[in-house]
Amino acid sequence: MRGRHRRKLGDVTMSDKSTDAYWKANVRIITISMVIWALVSFGFGIVLRPLLSGIPIGGTDLGFWFAQQGSILTFIVLIFYYTWYMNRLDKEFGVEE
Amino acid sequence: MDQFVINLIFVGASFALYIGIAIWARAGSTSDFYAASRGVNPIVNGAATAADWMSAASFISMAGLIAFVGYGNSTFLMGWTGGYVLLAMLLAPYLRKFGRYTVPDFIGDRFYSQTARLVAVISLLVMSITYVIGQMTGAGVAFSRFLEVTNQTGLFIASGVVFIYAVLGGMKGITYTQLAQYVVLIIAYTIPAVFISLQLTGNPLPQLGLFSTHTASGQPLLTTLNEVLVELGFNDYTGNHGSTFNMVLFTLSLMIGTAGLPHVIIRFFTVPKVADARKSAGWALVFIALLYTVAPAVGAMARLNIITTLYPNGVAGEPLAFDEKPDWMLNWERTGLLRFEDKNGDGLIQYYNEANPPARAIEEGWEGNEMVTFNQDILVLANPEIAQLPGWVIGLIAAGGLAAALSTAAGLLLAISSAISHDLIKSMINPGISEKGELLAARISMAFAIALATYLGLNPPGFAAQVVALAFGLAASSLFPAIMMGIFSKKMNSAGAVAGMIVGLGSTVLYIFTYLGWFFIPGTNMLPNTPDNWLLGISPLSFGAVGAMLNFAAAYVVNKMTGDAPAEIQELVESIRVPKGAGAAVDH
Repeated sequence: MRGRHRRKLGDVTMSDKSTDAYWKANVRIITISMVIWALVSFGFGIVLRPLLSGIPIGGTDLGFWFAQQGSILTFIVLIFYYTWYMNRLDKEFGVEE
Repeated sequence: MDQFVINLIFVGASFALYIGIAIWARAGSTSDFYAASRGVNPIVNGAATAADWMSAASFISMAGLIAFVGYGNSTFLMGWTGGYVLLAMLLAPYLRKFGRYTVPDFIGDRFYSQTARLVAVISLLVMSITYVIGQMTGAGVAFSRFLEVTNQTGLFIASGVVFIYAVLGGMKGITYTQLAQYVVLIIAYTIPAVFISLQLTGNPLPQLGLFSTHTASGQPLLTTLNEVLVELGFNDYTGNHGSTFNMVLFTLSLMIGTAGLPHVIIRFFTVPKVADARKSAGWALVFIALLYTVAPAVGAMARLNIITTLYPNGVAGEPLAFDEKPDWMLNWERTGLLRFEDKNGDGLIQYYNEANPPARAIEEGWEGNEMVTFNQDILVLANPEIAQLPGWVIGLIAAGGLAAALSTAAGLLLAISSAISHDLIKSMINPGISEKGELLAARISMAFAIALATYLGLNPPGFAAQVVALAFGLAASSLFPAIMMGIFSKKMNSAGAVAGMIVGLGSTVLYIFTYLGWFFIPGTNMLPNTPDNWLLGISPLSFGAVGAMLNFAAAYVVNKMTGDAPAEIQELVESIRVPKGAGAAVDH
């Protein structure tokens, strides 16, 4: 779907429509990432911890693991996924440096 | 070899390295001084950001903070790492595209307003100066403990070293010393942690050891820790004993505050490309996580270690006798950070929760907890001794603690000095200043900032302990929302942004001062700082997130009333949203 907006390399000016589409795609991936960001920290790590109490892990439960380890590891994965996704998006829209 | 000599060798060698880097990485232009000429490799910048971010508090205090509260203080782990996701996605790439040197530079230009620039400069100065006090006192303490000099002498040595590399090299010198400091601090933190994890669980990775079987008891480490704590009348380690609402709000405040701290943001101005700014944020978090995932393991294991030292025959058996204390206890008693008192005169150390003494304590003729002082910072500093590691590991911890304090201090000092020389002098007072003149002004501002920080480190204001809450509160409630709206809302105008910053800043400062006293002067608080007096149960430490919401709301309303930003500003926002063309924006 994004392929429709593909530009040739060296095409400096983008139409407004194309800029909008690029920005919309960016905001979309940010929104999805933020949902996961909140889910693993505020969700699994704090508010939803009682729901995960049935899943034991090393003397405690999954919520404790998310609060002290899992959320941090997820944050790292999120940033690198976003970086990879945006590099691809930049190229598709011909806006990479 | 004498421990003092070992410490001296480690600290001396690390300082020689920093000064060597300073001479190699001298700054020749303002671009060098403010942004290392934007030529820093993104992975190197990640490591430098990690050192810039991880302060004396992260290195020395965090494991202790978690150890004595348990699950409830996971807020620090999530809050101080989650902010990097916000940085990577919401701020850093676009600010790098904008291509300026400071945070007020962006706010002033994007909101085409000297008022907005000035408000940003003021909040930057308040938060960075309060933050740097803690680093300077931390460096002084670390010096005095490991090198047997007075606090004052320690502080002067630390300031002298920072002076050499920060004034000479600016951001360029700071970047490469921070890289070296990261290597020193992460090795110093990890080695004792690996040994302790091996001793307690047989697993060399502390992150896994935390959830492994405790060799001595044959059951999971955390189960054992929960059992002994409950037996002694304390809360269990893994349970939630606080307000879930405040936990969420506090974590959010730390996350937003982290993303809004100028000394962290300016690190992302040093990489060559927009794509590098994203990548660099990921690497920064990898390097931070190497310490932050180890810290909770260090906390839990050290707490268990201390209890098993005090109860060598198990918590149901006879406690340790006063004349059988191990050497590390005697060493730390001399510093005053650890203190015992035989209240019931039976020659044994009874350690229980004083607020909730278990039944057996009363049977034994207990007259109060006999480990009367245990400073939380000991946990990390005494770790090598508790685990009976060789003397060079202690020397390493000394160098690591100093690296953590100095690297953060240098980053803060650069944020302060560039706000003065670039935003106040170049942008507001004397726009015609030459490149050479601005570089000189930058060096003089840096020297001035170091002198101020040294003075405040020697004469810490009474509120030094509270300032971290203020720094994060201000960053969360003023700078973060303003920058974010500047990128994500094309229409946001100057009146809206200024109103938002003032409402966010004002409400947060007012709320904190209401409970902690005006300018933190004891006795001037208008309401007692207890949960039943808090507005809707919100702790003053957690208010930053609320201040940020108020900032967004005020900006939205005022923007609706005063009309959208002019067309050329909306075009500027469109241009910072795409990476292409970042190179051209460097010079100005």
